[in-house]
Amino acid sequence: MKRALFILVLLCLATCTAMAARIGDVSDINVREQAVRFFTLQDPGVRYALAGSLLLGLTCGLLGSFIVVRKMALMGDTLSHAVLPGVAVGFLWTLSKDPLRIFIGATCAALMGAALVGFLKRSTRLKEDTALGMVLATFFAVGVCLLTMIQQMPTADKGGLDKFLFGQAAAISAADLRLMGAITAIAIAAVVIFYKELLVTSFDADFAQLSGLPARVFHYGLILLVASAVVIALQAVGVVLVSAMLITPAAAAYLLTDRLHRMLILAAIFGMLAGAAGAFLSFLGPALPTGPLIVLGATAIFVAAFLFGPRQGLVVRWAKQRSRVRRVQRENTLKAIYHVLEKRNFHGEGVSLRELAERRRETVEEARTQTRALHRHGLVTLHEDGNMVFLTPAGWQLACSIVRNHRLWELYLTNAADIAADHVHDDAENIEHVLGEEVVREIERRLQYAERDPHGRPIPSLADVERGAAPRYRPDESVGYGSSI
Amino acid sequence: MSLVPPFDLHNVFVAPWADDFGGTVWVVIMGFLVTLACGLVGNYLILRRMALVGDAISHSVLPGIAIAFLLSNSRGTTAMFAGALAAGVLTTLIIELIHKKSRVKQDAAIGIAFTSLFAIGVILISVFASRVDLDQECVLYGEIGFVSFQRPIQLGAWTLGPEPVIRMAGVTLMVILLIAVFYKELLVSSFDPGLAFSLGINATVMHYSLMCVLSTVVVSAFESVGAILVIAMLILPGATGSMLFQRLPGILVFTALYAALTSVAGFHLATWLNCSIAGAMVVAGAGLFTLAWLVSPHQGPFRRARPLPDANPRSLREDLVKALQ
Repeated sequence: MKRALFILVLLCLATCTAMAARIGDVSDINVREQAVRFFTLQDPGVRYALAGSLLLGLTCGLLGSFIVVRKMALMGDTLSHAVLPGVAVGFLWTLSKDPLRIFIGATCAALMGAALVGFLKRSTRLKEDTALGMVLATFFAVGVCLLTMIQQMPTADKGGLDKFLFGQAAAISAADLRLMGAITAIAIAAVVIFYKELLVTSFDADFAQLSGLPARVFHYGLILLVASAVVIALQAVGVVLVSAMLITPAAAAYLLTDRLHRMLILAAIFGMLAGAAGAFLSFLGPALPTGPLIVLGATAIFVAAFLFGPRQGLVVRWAKQRSRVRRVQRENTLKAIYHVLEKRNFHGEGVSLRELAERRRETVEEARTQTRALHRHGLVTLHEDGNMVFLTPAGWQLACSIVRNHRLWELYLTNAADIAADHVHDDAENIEHVLGEEVVREIERRLQYAERDPHGRPIPSLADVERGAAPRYRPDESVGYGSSI
Repeated sequence: MSLVPPFDLHNVFVAPWADDFGGTVWVVIMGFLVTLACGLVGNYLILRRMALVGDAISHSVLPGIAIAFLLSNSRGTTAMFAGALAAGVLTTLIIELIHKKSRVKQDAAIGIAFTSLFAIGVILISVFASRVDLDQECVLYGEIGFVSFQRPIQLGAWTLGPEPVIRMAGVTLMVILLIAVFYKELLVSSFDPGLAFSLGINATVMHYSLMCVLSTVVVSAFESVGAILVIAMLILPGATGSMLFQRLPGILVFTALYAALTSVAGFHLATWLNCSIAGAMVVAGAGLFTLAWLVSPHQGPFRRARPLPDANPRSLREDLVKALQ
């Protein structure tokens, strides 16, 4: 008996390879030829596969968005595994691969699984994740048993049933496509009609309850829609990986936008892109199952969003932080130049690297690197082999406003927050780089245009900042800025 | 032509043991060992609400195994374990990376990580089908039925048994030993992370150690029950045990009973229905869970009614007095 089983498994595998080769049954597989065949769409098989992949990507992306924002990702996983016994029963119904019957069987199985999870959670102390895992694995096991039993049956037309496990877009038929189109249309219509209700129940369950929305009806309605999305994706993606189509495109979209309607559209687009890419790649190599390729397409989109998303992207955030650090460094150097100038009462315009390095308590080489960075940004000009630094008008303005921010903030802290004068420097050191124009003016107004900071040094006024150049020379400090020019 | 073959007591229960004892006994023992090892680890997953991390790891060891096969060109045990361990730890790291560095929630992060790795694994075994001694069927259903055909291990003059069974026995022993040695640490860190921290138990080390043990168990069960059914082996024993017992030692001991019952029952179910043995073992386990759920004293549909908190006569009296005033 075991040997018979073994032989059957082998036979099954052989048919599997044969089926997989059907779409690209040219004798020698030339990648370019296959690509041309794919893109010219001359082959009805290619058209079905591509259209099917697009439709399933659209539906899964759309509905998956709700799965992701409702933190039901693992429910999606459970639903997708729980359809397997339904597929087997749908097949047994007429002993053929009738799309509609398989669809009905699979959707019922998924709904039963979801209901069972809810029932287990209510009637026992099991946590949700345990209940989900149990239902997932048990339903899958029942499905595996039924499928292996079907494989023992002497009927002929059971090839392609194993395609439901890892998916093969090439196996999509015209009848499948009609069903997929209908489900997609229903899903889009449902999302459009109940958009507001779905939005509210997803983000603010309490408010939804107060407004009298039946949250449970929407929960199970959504599960019904997701289950049908899972079922139409089965043919191309397969039971095992279909949950990725629900989660990954939607998660990528979630990284890129804050608005649900934009997320829905983006997720649908990402799903379609992944579907098309997977269908194309699996068409190139005959032995490749479509499902994993579609999933990897979706993963690639997610990784791109994760790294380069304009707001959340890891690389983008890293670059932003780096540029912020550099800006602060530049501003600190400018401030040091200002301090050097101020110390000698703005006598002479140039600051030597040595003076700057002493002021910053660093080596001349470090100061040189810093001044070069300033030079690149047009804030200073370098003379005498880079040993003398002169502020440009822009450099003066920035340096002056940084010092102004710093001293105003110090004064504000001592006056308004009653902090001792020797404790305000560090705080001002941080905030001087982020204070905005408006805030600074407000602080200045509240301080009644004070001229000295708590340490007795003059606070540059707005006029000093806007002048664009250091005052030439001030023989008498008490005269104030500008009077000696 | 019917789906369910006629039930024949002799064929189902007697013949496997009488005619093919050697084949039967190793399959049942393997089923027992797999369920026991997985169930013991799974208990802790359930306690830590990480049941679905088990799901993730069980899927994501596939690329690890496939790459190990490709690199070592053999079905060597060491390479396989190394690959699976690497894949398991990698999964945990990816989940944490996505979860911590972006606003994607942990559940979605799990879903993304394991499906991607599993997809890579499936593509690897499809592309290198001739070089990887694995196929899609094995990944899904497991090959527990073939366990007795494997090369037996010789120890001196003794024939111990087929190689996978001996390996699984080693892994099971290791799991039992680890649980015995680190019982207190596991218990405390599962139930009360705050207390564990104050006792000086490093939560990160515990977490990653558990992930490593989980990967080891999953990979050694992989050939027998496949990537997905192993989730049932991880979760069902603990869930069934928690229907009957309230304390962890009881649940741990019950796991052994569960493993024995389901492997025997599953084997006979598979013999009768002529279906996947691993699948039937899970179905038997689900049956056992249903039974436990029905007879459970403290949960499930027929639990004894718990006294309501304010059914206390004294507080009722006091409420009455308060109302009268």
